[in-house]
Amino acid sequence: MLRAPLVIEYPFERTTGPVVGAFLTGLRERILVGITGADGRVIVPPIEYDPVTAEDLTELVEVGPGGVVTACAWVARPDARQPLDHPFAWALIRLDGADTAMVHVVDAGSPDRIAVGTRVTPRWRDERVGAIGDIECFVIEETS
Amino acid sequence: MTLVLPESLRDVEAVTRVATPARLEYDFTAGRATTTFLRGILEHKILGEACPICHKVYVPSRGACPSHGVPTSEIVELAGPGVLVSYCVVNVAFHGSVMELPYVGGLIQLEGADMFLMHLIQEASPDEVRIGQWVEPVWRDDADLEATLESIRYFRPLDRPDATVDEAGHVVSWGPATRGGAA
Ligand SMILES: [Zn+2]
Repeated sequence: MLRAPLVIEYPFERTTGPVVGAFLTGLRERILVGITGADGRVIVPPIEYDPVTAEDLTELVEVGPGGVVTACAWVARPDARQPLDHPFAWALIRLDGADTAMVHVVDAGSPDRIAVGTRVTPRWRDERVGAIGDIECFVIEETS
Repeated sequence: MTLVLPESLRDVEAVTRVATPARLEYDFTAGRATTTFLRGILEHKILGEACPICHKVYVPSRGACPSHGVPTSEIVELAGPGVLVSYCVVNVAFHGSVMELPYVGGLIQLEGADMFLMHLIQEASPDEVRIGQWVEPVWRDDADLEATLESIRYFRPLDRPDATVDEAGHVVSWGPATRGGAA
């Protein structure tokens, strides 16, 4: 019986809209932004409408770059599709100045180095295009 | 709605689009019938399979007759030439396309077959291509044959009076004399 690899790729490109666009523009410029909700809470990544009142949100503010882990999951055996080729953590990270957390990768080295409350900071790529991957990963903040 | 941007983002070009490619990786198993067809291709042969009940010849066969639900058990070698039953002139490039524009994609009913094969039509300018036209396969050199339909590089017009195709995409009836690919 004949067998062969079969790969199907769709080269989708999306328009971002102004709010997500601003977040991605920020990533390209090494700046993290959130948006101020109707109740004054800062939501990161920014969203277009208030989650409670549904009104338009318009006030983008800088947050981070550091933040704190609010939940994490250790990936002991990453496969080829994952962002790092060695064990890492997926984490919810609440950036400084934000009231919500966003998911990203933490290159923590080993699972005992990361827990709820661990402080992390982004490691930026040298070549940035305006995409979430412009942050290669977060790393554990050095305490001095 | 007027967005208020932080100072640091006011004088930079805004990102408006983002690439979000999707990639699906399969390990494809050809199955019995397609394996038979592709092994034929390796030997420079076009193999169809016939239904034991209605005797329709499918190429490439999917292994069963959709009308009778029985395995297409009889292997039939087809000569190669066929009739263009429909075609499309492609004038617009798409992502990943390697063809020079314009080019023609054709639906070909191989002589002796009761279904169609889709393939490229070359060595013909698009305005000469027509339904009913006879075409023949142009193969790669034998040394370069692989288990893929791409081992047939394309089909080209054959100097032979046009066949009658009542309707685009309509099956040509070959009659008993040509059944099995005898030209
Ligand atoms: Zn049948």
